[in-house]
Amino acid sequence: MKNNEYDVIIVGGGITGAGTARDCAMRGLRVLLVERYDIATGATGRNHGLLHSGARYAVTDQESANECIRENMILRRIASHCVDETDGFFITLPEDDLNYQTKFFESCLSAGIHAEIMDPKEALRMEPSINPDIIGAVKVPDGSVDPFRLCAANMLDAKLHGAQVLLYSEVTGFIKDGDRIVGIKTFNHQTHKTGEYYANITVNAAGIWGHHIAELAGVNIDMVPAKGALLIFAHRVNGIVINRCRKPSNADILVPGDTVCIIGTTSTKIPFDKCDTVTVTPDEVNLLIEEGAKLAPALASTRILRAFAGVRPLVAADSNDSRNISRGIVCLDHEKREGLKGFISITGGKLTTYRLMAEMATDLVCEKLSVNKPCETANAPLPGSDGKSFREVAQKIWDNPTTGQKAAAGRLGTGVTNIPAASSLDQSLICECEQVSVGEINSAIERWDVNGLRDLRRRTRVGMGPCQGELCSCRAAGLLAKAHGCTDRARADLQRFMTERWKGMYPIGWGDALREAEYTQWIYKHVLGV
Amino acid sequence: MKPQEHTASAHNFEECMKCTICTAYCPVVPVNPRYPGPKQAGPDGERLRLKDPYFFNQALKYCLNCKRCEVVCPSGVNVADIIQSARIKYGKEQPKLRDWMLANTDFMGHLARPFAPIVNGVTGLGVTKTVLDATLAIDKHRTFPKYSYKSFEGWLKRRSKEQAKFEKQVAYYHGCYVNYNNPQLGRDFVKVMNALGYGVQLLDHEKCCGVALIANGMSQKATKNAVHNVKALQKAVDAGLKVLTTSSTCTMTIREEYPGLLQVDNSGVRDSILLATRFIWQLLESGQAQLKFKKDYHARIAYHIPCHLEKLGWGIFSTELLKMIPGVEFTLLDSNCCGISGTYGFKKENYEASQAIGKPLFDQIKSVNPDFVACDCETCKWQLEMSTDYAVKHPITILAEALEY
Repeated sequence: MKNNEYDVIIVGGGITGAGTARDCAMRGLRVLLVERYDIATGATGRNHGLLHSGARYAVTDQESANECIRENMILRRIASHCVDETDGFFITLPEDDLNYQTKFFESCLSAGIHAEIMDPKEALRMEPSINPDIIGAVKVPDGSVDPFRLCAANMLDAKLHGAQVLLYSEVTGFIKDGDRIVGIKTFNHQTHKTGEYYANITVNAAGIWGHHIAELAGVNIDMVPAKGALLIFAHRVNGIVINRCRKPSNADILVPGDTVCIIGTTSTKIPFDKCDTVTVTPDEVNLLIEEGAKLAPALASTRILRAFAGVRPLVAADSNDSRNISRGIVCLDHEKREGLKGFISITGGKLTTYRLMAEMATDLVCEKLSVNKPCETANAPLPGSDGKSFREVAQKIWDNPTTGQKAAAGRLGTGVTNIPAASSLDQSLICECEQVSVGEINSAIERWDVNGLRDLRRRTRVGMGPCQGELCSCRAAGLLAKAHGCTDRARADLQRFMTERWKGMYPIGWGDALREAEYTQWIYKHVLGV
Repeated sequence: MKPQEHTASAHNFEECMKCTICTAYCPVVPVNPRYPGPKQAGPDGERLRLKDPYFFNQALKYCLNCKRCEVVCPSGVNVADIIQSARIKYGKEQPKLRDWMLANTDFMGHLARPFAPIVNGVTGLGVTKTVLDATLAIDKHRTFPKYSYKSFEGWLKRRSKEQAKFEKQVAYYHGCYVNYNNPQLGRDFVKVMNALGYGVQLLDHEKCCGVALIANGMSQKATKNAVHNVKALQKAVDAGLKVLTTSSTCTMTIREEYPGLLQVDNSGVRDSILLATRFIWQLLESGQAQLKFKKDYHARIAYHIPCHLEKLGWGIFSTELLKMIPGVEFTLLDSNCCGISGTYGFKKENYEASQAIGKPLFDQIKSVNPDFVACDCETCKWQLEMSTDYAVKHPITILAEALEY
């Protein structure tokens, strides 16, 4: 067998692709995952990071709601270092219909979601940032999940089970043998080399870009790109997820994620050619702030860190309203559908249900390859997860952990022991906002396929704090230059990284964010001469 | 107000631009590697603590609360307030007996004063210092401030009738130090005010400002004191009196820490609490009063500005006042924390850091070689007198000594 032959090729390095690669590898298949850029660069890294309890879908889609709550409980077990068990509130404001709460509550119960109607005063006591005018509140087991961490952990586990991962490799075409897809052609954006890889089955897990991948394969999935814009606030305003108890609408979820909180989203249909260049408009920013302040009034006066947008991979129906399109999982067997053998598409779904999506896709792959091995991903913990809180992890390792060690335990779970910490250099900080050490950066560069600062950010949170790379990115660039042995490359990378940071600050470029950006510009342009 | 027109955060922690000038100016950072510095302990740490209180770091206790970070911050972040608030909110460590003794300055003073000659004799003994060092971890190098046999309050009460004869009146917040340790400073203050044509009255029962209680994790008791003091101050202010002080730290505590750390509203009294040197300088400068100085007064004075006076921004009043005295050769020492920061330097674990912080200041004093050092702060005085061979006098005492009668 040649070294470019596999049982299954997975296209897409988002959470669906990573999860599918892991599942396939755990079932003993020889797996290749190809990703156009880096892990979690599409919708996976561009959402709330909400671990849905399913309550949001309970009224309109019981099946999705039930999938969510089951997967929610599984992720708490297998990905404890990626999940923050915050709980969530669905609040009713005076302008909302309180009758909806009753319907909502009953729908939650019938979908298997443990919901609890709260006294608004008690809800306010538990989460003081909630709008004090609320007339109703229901508590549900929402949570927050770090999508980058979750994606990286799945990718790492897939590799530990023998999968191969090719980043920055874009699929340019398929290799066909009659009515069967037998391989892919790729172009590597870094080496500028083309490649050919063969497998019996190719899984299209490319999110909204899956529409294009399917076209390349000669089939059509009628997808609808729906842009969602979000704002990141510079610190946690709330400790518990706050949702609006009404029909899902704009800017009605506020999620505390790691050190920040995120309000979103909007929902706008966009053309396919805009998927790679989505921007956030002033109208969207205004809407997010105004609606967000109804959930938590403090948002009106809390510093905003940046704005970003993602594109949901929705599969089309007849309706024009993108919110009414099913968000359920779509697993397409193109052999049955169009007679194209060796090609599967897995799409739709949500971050919370990625594991189930992966299981469904892998089941189909196994069926086609006549492999009879059950799925184990619901029980096998991801690397770093031992079902315990980061507090317990840190206390087990250190008598008196430093702030940096606590933060690293929060990011890596039990994997924190892999970080070199012997010397004082290893322990010194690169990123002060998020407390990322030299050891953690070097370990990420070694173990996690890091090509540049942006990749490093997705794996370590470098540059994600209030300074948005002001202090950390030049330090991290130094470590990358050392690791890759090239300062010119690191310098160019640093420029790209700072430009990307500015891109997210531009839509909210006022007040403190603008002051910080100007100060950063002064440092980089006039002091460092970059 | 439109959304996002102004942003607000507790102690302005979100306004931090991460310029790190606070850490560059922090006196603790260069001498204690265990202290993460004001930027990380303050605004950076606050975000983490909001995520999870587990991020509270015990190393925050190494903060001197000297407020130099706040003085240098170009963004108006109350860095030290963030750190002290975090200690109040998340600090679980129970104060030790030693901390309790150091913190309760008024109680200890009350207890020790009647036995002052004995207490002073005993605390000055080498053997006592060794015992305190071993049992309570109060560093053996430290000398406890001497207690006075007679309190200042008693002295002034006995003179209340003659003080009442003055047409113009001020109230005096003397603080624990003047009352129990150095009543002479209080008497000097009364002498100077009388010379300016002002009678001095006590507040209706002042209590310790609470600064040492805050520093030693007893913020609840500090809050009680603050509430009491604001009431007593309000009474004086309602009677149309300015309240003068001679301790820069008590002044800073009442004006800044009450609302900032203890959430005690002092808006009704804040602007009426003034350091005596500020009040006197303004009187003299505007020509509303004159002082007659001795013709043959001569002194070479080196002035050290206490950190908390730096925070108030009022150091200039003390220095200008001293310069007004004929016959004074004045040297302004470089702005450098002396290292003691109230009770901080008394603790054995902080002794080395405390002396390392103050070293450049001690060296400069020795090279200037003045007749004596001037300073508005009692704890700086203890530190400088212990660490150099020079006496330290309060500007009000110097003024009193230079007066003609």
